[in-house]
Amino acid sequence: MSGFDVKQVREDFPILHQEVRGRPLVYLDSAATAQKPQAVIDALVRFYQRDNANVHRGVHVLSKRATEAYEGAREAVRRFINARDTREIVFVRGTTEAINLVAQTYGRKHIGAGDEVLITQMEHHANIVPWRMLCEQTGAVLKVIPVDDRGELVMDAVDALLTERTRILAVTQVSNALGTVTPVKELTRRAHAKGIPVLVDGAQAVTHFPVDVQDLGCDFYAFSGHKMFGPTGIGVLYGRLERLDALPPYQGGGDMILSVTMEKVTYNRVPHRFEAGTPNLEGAVGLAAAIRYLESLGMENVAAHDRELLAYATQALESVPGLRMVGTAREKSGVLSFMLGDIHPHDVGTILDREGICIRTGHHCAQPVMQHFKVPATSRASLALYNTREDVDALVRGLHKVLEVFQ
Amino acid sequence: MSSDDLKDLYQEVVLEHSKRPRNYRVVEGANAEAAGHNPLCGDQLVVTLKVEDGVIRDVGFQGQGCAISKASASLMTGAVKDRTRAEAESLFERVHKLVTEGPESVDMEALGKLAVLSGVSEFPARVKCASLAWHTLRAALEGRGEAVSTE
Repeated sequence: MSGFDVKQVREDFPILHQEVRGRPLVYLDSAATAQKPQAVIDALVRFYQRDNANVHRGVHVLSKRATEAYEGAREAVRRFINARDTREIVFVRGTTEAINLVAQTYGRKHIGAGDEVLITQMEHHANIVPWRMLCEQTGAVLKVIPVDDRGELVMDAVDALLTERTRILAVTQVSNALGTVTPVKELTRRAHAKGIPVLVDGAQAVTHFPVDVQDLGCDFYAFSGHKMFGPTGIGVLYGRLERLDALPPYQGGGDMILSVTMEKVTYNRVPHRFEAGTPNLEGAVGLAAAIRYLESLGMENVAAHDRELLAYATQALESVPGLRMVGTAREKSGVLSFMLGDIHPHDVGTILDREGICIRTGHHCAQPVMQHFKVPATSRASLALYNTREDVDALVRGLHKVLEVFQ
Repeated sequence: MSSDDLKDLYQEVVLEHSKRPRNYRVVEGANAEAAGHNPLCGDQLVVTLKVEDGVIRDVGFQGQGCAISKASASLMTGAVKDRTRAEAESLFERVHKLVTEGPESVDMEALGKLAVLSGVSEFPARVKCASLAWHTLRAALEGRGEAVSTE
């Protein structure tokens, strides 16, 4: 594969080169949060060493530099997801805040008693709870697209669930608990045919393959910096300009206004209308560095590596006696969720941890889909661009060790 | 070192109790019960009790959880049977000290079989698993029917 050598890539991530508990670290928890390349760490340091000042305010040189860095990051995000206009990019704390923003602005304006919000059975709590809260506030009804035994959406059920009362469809592009890639483009087409806007939770998608929001056609797209090798505390809400423009403000404060008197406030234009207060400057700068890093590797190359490694890992794990994969969708990305016999995932995680292997165990903030598969929790290994076949082999050896302890 | 820690955590007795938990049932004629929940890992269990004149005459549990939480619940049912409320409470205090501070901090003999939980102290993330059943027992003894949570 041209331009992508995983050994080289690993060199870019200093945290990976350490021993824990006397063994080389094997990090298989990137779906929770991804590690950061030196380029991102350097960008944060450089910003504080040279350019730090508040944005959109000062006339001085540092404020100008900081503003350029911050607005430059907005342009980097626009390019990364192929939005039409930088005004469509709103910086938020993360995917969670992005979805809450839409629920509390679009939702409070357009969704009333008896209206319906449509989500899916495999959503992360971040794409359930804000809608549940909205329903409690407004008397709207939460509807759910079911999931089949492979962990795919039951597409036959979709059309009947998109009713004349449906006011928004909110759907994940990649399930964090199962790894399922959902057909968001097709879902968007069907929703739009009935005039229903679509929000896509892209938190687990943007790190694994190229995303083009114009091609998807969705109205809103949400993702987090920290899962795509950038800092925590920064994320993005993309919204089609005409959608964002029509929304009321979210939080009030500085920077989101044009003028304030005690009698009247005139709100700023998008995207600033949604960015009250001093924004997360270092986060935006770090996110832009992460995007440049991903662009230097090429998202197509990243996607190819991901596909190849997922196939290898799937086969390797299936060779472990008693292992049952949870989520066997035909299209998957980055996530291997599984049960090992009747051994509880927490016990699996504890023993792997002693081998220097980091995985996630639990319900993955996706309890409804766990309920669907009738498991309280799973073990989840998740892959990123710096993972290797050796990491997978170490996991398999670790799982054999678990079986040994529990034989 | 790491291997020894694991052996301490998953001692034979612990594994045996997790596979074949004792008193895994609803107590007949129970007059106290409570549900316990560890939201972080999804562990859930229900403890039922028959208390007469301040003495725990029978105790059972049911639920799902990891090896540590099941073994701890199973061992607990054996340890608190025919004990007074006060005795059960003081046992909980000892167990809690054991799993948080380690074997040096408690009188291991007074703990009897419960001493096999000593390995938990090397695994801070697992303390909640070991104490869930005990929190639930306490809630049942205090007549708090609502679910207790480790969070």
